Formats: sequence, structure tokens, C-alpha cells
Amino acid sequence: MEVLWQGLVEGLRLLFRGDPYLWQIIGRSAQVSGVALAVSAVLGIPLGALLGLTRFPGRRLVQALVYTGMGLPPVVVGLLVYLLLSRNGILGPLNWSWVPELFTPAAMIWAQVIIATPLVIGFTMAAVAGVDPELSRQLASLGATRFQITWTVLNEARLGVLVSLIAGLGSIISEVGAVMMVGGNIEGYTRVLTTAIMLETRRGNFDFAIALGLVLLLLSFAINLAMTQLQGKGK
Amino acid sequence: MDEVLYTLENVQKRYAGRTVLAIAQLQIRRGEILALVGPSGAGKSTLLRLLNFLEYPDAGTLAFQGLPVVPGAVPLALRRQVTTVFQRPALLSTTVTRNIAYGLRLRGQRDAQTEIAHLLELIGLTELARAPARALSGGEAQRVALARALIIQPTVLLLDEPTANLDPYNVGLIETVVRQRNQEAGTTVVLVTHNVFQARRLAQRVVFLLNGQVVEAADTPTFFTAPRDPRTAAFVRGEMVY
Repeated sequence: MEVLWQGLVEGLRLLFRGDPYLWQIIGRSAQVSGVALAVSAVLGIPLGALLGLTRFPGRRLVQALVYTGMGLPPVVVGLLVYLLLSRNGILGPLNWSWVPELFTPAAMIWAQVIIATPLVIGFTMAAVAGVDPELSRQLASLGATRFQITWTVLNEARLGVLVSLIAGLGSIISEVGAVMMVGGNIEGYTRVLTTAIMLETRRGNFDFAIALGLVLLLLSFAINLAMTQLQGKGK
Repeated sequence: MDEVLYTLENVQKRYAGRTVLAIAQLQIRRGEILALVGPSGAGKSTLLRLLNFLEYPDAGTLAFQGLPVVPGAVPLALRRQVTTVFQRPALLSTTVTRNIAYGLRLRGQRDAQTEIAHLLELIGLTELARAPARALSGGEAQRVALARALIIQPTVLLLDEPTANLDPYNVGLIETVVRQRNQEAGTTVVLVTHNVFQARRLAQRVVFLLNGQVVEAADTPTFFTAPRDPRTAAFVRGEMVY
């Protein structure tokens, strides 16, 4: 109990004193997860809208795949990205400029995009499917093109779409397995909140681990608060 | 005034193998108010969807202003001359004004404030201009749906049971606005209703549909006083026809 209390006090002190090591880690987490979320949004929102609005053969199969993707264990994603990017892997030997190397922030972004995109697709799909199907027909009757209909329906489902982004962010900011495997927890380079907590706990630097944990908890809380507020608003 | 807008020849529409519409011949003229009457399942709403290019015939030819209506071949500009007010209006979760302006925004036009104000006055909702659409009653929502259809100044206004669930006040108001628009702007109106009294009040010509086929098409006075087909006579008298 005393360890926890001391850690808490020391953690808050580190946080508010602007400890450079601590803030560098927070910055890296924000950068990696922020970019990953942006990419997931660009990929996931249109795909989710498409799956929620159009009927085509095999749609249910694709939906089942998306739902499976929403529950992907991060370590499995880590393994997959590792195999993709490794020098002896699938994409690694091709030396394409857009394929990042392992143990870089870019590799971590790849892994987090794979984790967050199915969540964005799934939640967007549900939000868009929740809009009155009669609306699409009436918009078409008013002269809307397919693109205009999709845009308007997404706008009608805007709270749900926002929730999809928050869910995506919540999943990647607190994820440790994938970033550990493909990032490698290199100090000052690929160390993020979750991997740093693991390391500092092992080292016995509890105050540091607690400071990092506090940040993560606060972030998680803010994200979940935003999500429940928004979902309540939609009702 | 006798210019033909729509020409239908042997038009068929099937759902899941069942033929719901089989119209041998029908013409809709520019500037008329045409009522489509008939019992539920007669194909009235299906016909409206074809006239609005929301669906396409499975067989036969449908032409609008001389152009054949086939999937992918209806230019957007032509498609945008026709709009429908549906039985149950689906409005956007925004204000009344923005709902009415929607069709203009789709066309990349700026909101015409005077026109919106004029329509709001016409439908008696000036005071609710900034109210959220979801706060409206059924009748108010339907009036907004009518206004958002009228703002795009359609050549053809299709009405699918627009007053089916409404009280007499709203029915009267909507009928007045429709009649006025027809007289002042020459808007062609096709009205689906199973209320023969409404057909009689509004329409200049009435088409009786039964099992997807046109039983009779006649001028309103003839339709009600001297129908040719005994089934029409029975329907007008309020007897069930199957």
C-alpha cells in the first residue's frame, strides 16, 4: 500500500514537472496511435458505410470477417505484422519504399491500423445501418446521387461514426502486445506508454510505472466518457 | 397542354417471380393531376417508384419526355425533375429549414431564403423554421416533406398516399398547396391514394389499378359518374373488388 501511495505522489510529480523521458513516451504514444487512427478512419469509415448501405452477395461473410477483426488479439496482429515486415518475411525482402522496417514507429502504426480498422468499420456499419432505410430512398427521390446519399446518411449517423473512432482509439492506445513485438520498446524511439509500463515495473521503478499508468488510465477514462456521453446523446 | 410526359407500353415489374405491375398502355400528360386509385397491392406505389426512376421496368418500355427509362441511362438533370412525397416522411435530424433546403444543396445551389420563407408560410410552419425536425408531429413532418419537394420546382410531383395518416386539417392544407402549385406552376402531379374522395377532389383524371393492371383511365367526372368497367363502378361505390 505504501509503495502505491509513494508511487502515486512521485508519479504525479514527474507528470507535472514535465519530466522529459515521461513526456517523450507520451508524445510517441500520441503520435503512433494518432496516425494509426487517422489511417483507420480513412479506410474504415467509407468501408463501413459501404457495408452498412449496400446489398451484395457475400455481404454477410464480409460482415462476419469484420466482426472477427474487431476481436483480433493484438499479439496475433503483432505476429502477423512481424512476419510481413521481417527481413526474411513476406514484404520485407521486396525493399519497397512504403514498407517500413521492423522496430520503427511506422511498423507500430501498421499493427495498430490493423487492430483499429475493423473496429471503425464495424461501428460505422452498425451506425449507418441504424439510420432509417427509407431515408436513402427519399433522398434519391429528391435528386441525390449515390455519393450524396452516402454522405448524408453518414452525417445522420455522425454520433455513431464518432463512437467508432473513439472505440478504435481506445483499443490501440492501451494495446501492448503488438507494439512490443513490432516496435521493440526501444528507448527514445519506439517506447510507448504500455511498453514503458511493462519495462519500468520489471525494473522496480514503480513511481515511473504508476505515472505512466495514470496517464493511460486518464486517457482511457476520457475516451470512454466521451463514448458514453455520445451514445447517450444519440438516444 | 396535351403534351405527353410519360409513356408506358407493356410495362412489367416483378418481385420474387410475382408480377406486381403489368400495364399495357398508359400516358401521363404535362400539367395534369392524375390520381392512381385501387386496393392495397394493386401496384400503385410500384408504379410511382418507376415514374421516379427509383426502380426500372423488367419488361416493356417506359419513356419520360421521349427518353427511354433504362438503368444508367437517365441523366441526372432529368432525374432531378421528378420527386416523390412518401406516405411516411423520413426527415433529416436537423432543423425544419435545413430539411427544406436539402434539395437545393444537392444541386449545389445556395439556400434561397425568400423561397424557403414563402414555403414555410405556405405550409404554416414559419414559427417552427428553426425547430428540430424530429420534434414535429406527423402532419407537420409531412408538410415539411411537401415543402422540400416543392423547393426544387419539380416538373413532376409524385404523391404516395401523402395524407393517409393525417387529420382533416393537414389533409386540407396539403391538398390546397398541391392544387395551387399545379395551377400556378403547371406542375404535373401523380397522386396515389386509396381514398376515392381525395381523387375526386384533386384529380382531373383517374386511373384505376387492379392486380397491377389498368382497369380504367378516365376524366374524373366520367370515372365517377359513368365508368365503363363494372369493377370501376363497384370500386367507386365502395364495394370491395378483387
